[in-house]
Amino acid sequence: MNPLADAGTLADATPRRLAVDISDISLTFETADGEVEALSKVNLQIAAGEFVSFIGPSGCGKTTVLRVIADLQQPTSGTLSVNGMSAEQARLSRAYGYVFQAPALFPWRTIEKNLKLPLEVMGFSDSEQRERAARYLALVNLSGFERKFPWQLSGGMQQRVSIARALSFDPHLLLMDEPFGALDEIVRDHLNEQLLQLWDKTAKTVLFVTHSIPEAVFLSTKIVVMSPRPGRIIDVIDCDFPRQRTLEIRETPEFLKVAHRVRVGLRAGHAYDE
Amino acid sequence: MTNSAMAVAAPRRRALHGHPLLDRLVPIATIVLALIAIWYVAAVLMNMALVRDAFEREETPYTASELIAGTMEAERPLLPAPHQVIAAFVDSVFGYPLNAPRSLVYHSAVTLSATLLGFVLGALLGIALALMIVHSRVLEKSLLPWIICSQMVPILALAPIFIVVLGALGLQGLLPKSIISAYLSFFPVTIGMVKGFTSPDPMQLDLMRTWSATPAQVLTKLRWPAAVPYLFAGLKVAITISLIGAIVAELPTGGEAGIGARLLAGSYYGQTVQIWSALLAAAILASALIGLVGLAERVVGRQMGTRP
Repeated sequence: MNPLADAGTLADATPRRLAVDISDISLTFETADGEVEALSKVNLQIAAGEFVSFIGPSGCGKTTVLRVIADLQQPTSGTLSVNGMSAEQARLSRAYGYVFQAPALFPWRTIEKNLKLPLEVMGFSDSEQRERAARYLALVNLSGFERKFPWQLSGGMQQRVSIARALSFDPHLLLMDEPFGALDEIVRDHLNEQLLQLWDKTAKTVLFVTHSIPEAVFLSTKIVVMSPRPGRIIDVIDCDFPRQRTLEIRETPEFLKVAHRVRVGLRAGHAYDE
Repeated sequence: MTNSAMAVAAPRRRALHGHPLLDRLVPIATIVLALIAIWYVAAVLMNMALVRDAFEREETPYTASELIAGTMEAERPLLPAPHQVIAAFVDSVFGYPLNAPRSLVYHSAVTLSATLLGFVLGALLGIALALMIVHSRVLEKSLLPWIICSQMVPILALAPIFIVVLGALGLQGLLPKSIISAYLSFFPVTIGMVKGFTSPDPMQLDLMRTWSATPAQVLTKLRWPAAVPYLFAGLKVAITISLIGAIVAELPTGGEAGIGARLLAGSYYGQTVQIWSALLAAAILASALIGLVGLAERVVGRQMGTRP
């Protein structure tokens, strides 16, 4: 079966279901120095199966968008639906897996038990837990590390465990908040490729926060450029590289063109600052 | 240059030192020997006047060496010499049947039972209080000041009150002592566990939330295991002050049995050697108890993948 063709027919045959629908979301924090507008009138529609990157300088609210979708924070105004449900319902129905900047593994649990943790919480049977832990460890190429403790793994491996953990209960949506930010360039490239393969295999919708322009352009079907004070979306760029791409496309003119547009957007956002 | 010098020096160092256990024991032994030497000097100096008086009272001539020898053999010295303490300790541990009132083993067992019961009660109370404090801001504000106040009143003043009040309620023997012991030992456990229960990373807490974990699941799968290192730190302090609490509780009971009773009787009759051998028993007991908690910590730590 050719995944490329498969994805094509999927996209054409069914009218695309919206995985995330954000309209007019604003979020204001109360801080000691007064109010901070973390998000201001944000509108965004994300179809199922897309890979959407959020890029922008710190404080532009890209993480906040993810946290609002995950129901870890509540917007001050506006409406939001995740898989056709409210954010809270979506969280309660375990619609998404969340990957943080740090692996956030539980140090007293072995790798296998870390993978089983969400499954334990959600009440999967013992045999199902075992089977899924093995399957998702294999998916991130970490079979054989079941009995290791987190500190025995490198940072990149730990982050792969945390991705496997987020996928283990088979959510439709994968929310990733700068998952590779703390890793070195080479490990990062490698994980980017693996992530693309994973996205291709599992047909999830991925929302991905990053600081890196090449990473955003390489991974995404859609790039959301954001700007701070107040946090808002200034550009949404479609990015139609084939689903199966290699790192080499980063040298093609098409790639550089998209990267250039992202950079121009970011610069426009920054100009506001100075 | 320095590198090669170090490379040469390294094997020589190892040859000088020998077994790793020996490496660890040598510094400890040095300190112990130094303390014993200081102790002997102090014993001679402190008991000198006492012995000289005795000689002069009997109007016998004495030499300096007789004087020094006398300071180490006095029956009721101000400061007994180490060998006197050891001899009395060995005699009272091995010289009597285990249930005899002069057996230090008997007294230690009495104190140990109160200590252990007090420790268990204190640890449970400490954990329960920490749980309440962590889960309710109201309780944190209302309980914490009282918990801290409770430790500011000297236990020596409180113990007789406890004994009298509990005695009026019909509680005697082991339980009142354990309650005083628990009153002291819950505190480090509470303070440690409040810190431990709140130690999980915000990301770990967020993760549990994204999985819609129940509060009970957050407690058992995240807060409790994260608090285990803090628990053991608290328990190590708690076990020693449980012992102190039990000994202090034995003082106002009139001195029937226990290490505290031996200390009290010793001070009544000026039996300094007896006091010191009871203190030695208390020190050995305390070290053994801390050792046991440390052992439990290592066993649990190994299961929880603590970095060696």
